[in-house]
Amino acid sequence: MRVAFAASEDTLEAALDHRFGRAAKFIVYDTDTGVFEAVDNVQNVNAAQGAGIQAAQTVSQTGAECLVARHCGPKAFRVLSAAGITVYNTDAPTVAAALEAFQAGRLEPATSGDVEGHWV
Amino acid sequence: MIVAVASGKGGTGKTTVATNLARVCAEAGRATQYLDCDVEEPNGHIFLKPQIERQADVTVEVPEIDATKCTACGQCGQICQYSAIVCLQDQVLTFESLCHSCGGCWRVCPSGAIERKPLRIGQIETGRAETLGFVGGRLEIGHVRTPALIGRVKKHIEPDALAIVDVPPGTSCPVVAALKGVDVVVLVTEPTPFGLNDLKLAVELVREMGLPFGVVLNRDGIGDDETQSYCAAEQIDILARLPDDRRIAQAYSSGQMIVDAMPEYEDHFRRLAAAIGCLE
Repeated sequence: MRVAFAASEDTLEAALDHRFGRAAKFIVYDTDTGVFEAVDNVQNVNAAQGAGIQAAQTVSQTGAECLVARHCGPKAFRVLSAAGITVYNTDAPTVAAALEAFQAGRLEPATSGDVEGHWV
Repeated sequence: MIVAVASGKGGTGKTTVATNLARVCAEAGRATQYLDCDVEEPNGHIFLKPQIERQADVTVEVPEIDATKCTACGQCGQICQYSAIVCLQDQVLTFESLCHSCGGCWRVCPSGAIERKPLRIGQIETGRAETLGFVGGRLEIGHVRTPALIGRVKKHIEPDALAIVDVPPGTSCPVVAALKGVDVVVLVTEPTPFGLNDLKLAVELVREMGLPFGVVLNRDGIGDDETQSYCAAEQIDILARLPDDRRIAQAYSSGQMIVDAMPEYEDHFRRLAAAIGCLE
């Protein structure tokens, strides 16, 4: 299964980005193989609007079934849900820590966006 | 003739100037309209107290997907510059609040799966305050189609009337929408560092738009002389000065027109009207 993480850089040691739509990178980790890839999100960082929506579409195109992020706004959540992606919110500091919590089953699936749009 | 009353900074006295200017012009016998284009927070009606004769909803067109015809080809999502329409593998989602009604999606859809449906973004009230015509726009809470609503308010401008347009503060898209096509701009400012900073931004904007303009110094006597020095250096006319008079603030805070509470101020607005060519 492929799991996406909203990250600030392209390594497992990277901090989880505080934002989803304007996160610098998405790290997509394959839990079957332990291999990961980093997907650029730079086109959304300075978007005037709709960053979360576009980022959700980007995540959907990676084939990820789950997204782990600090926060997720309502519009992004709607796209992710429609794409069949389960969202998990966590305050884990790094991708590696979030991955560990995810694999240990310590994260609960979110049922809605946990912040308003443009909350930062 | 269309006169816009604008400012960079909020709270400098746009509505005070616009309503009182409109009143003195109407009372002088000129066919005059006041148009409240500050549709996110309209307040001209509080002072003019117009009799509202007509109220109309304002709608824009947004896409609605017919899932039975949609092939999820993705062309609508590719053309949308506002992320208002998103195509996933097997379905299309729309976000009405982000749509700018450009029509790109329903034009490119090869299977006729996108209908246009009306979305209410606000309302326009029209009426009269004695001889003065009144038009006021009010944006629906939560909507962002401010420029579209302002454009509709301005459609009520009568060709032979003197139209006084109350512009929103700032220098962003709603301000540009309100200033488009006007003949002259009155920039209201106060002589403080904040006022001057935002006045400079507003001056840049009206110059970029090629509009003739002048400045009204409100609360003259507070702050410093920097605004006057700036206007002198930039050869900007100071059209009128309203003194820092506590009674003006008192009248404002109780919803009174300055010219009603203190008729001695009528002359200030008549001179302003003359300076921009609204009255002899």
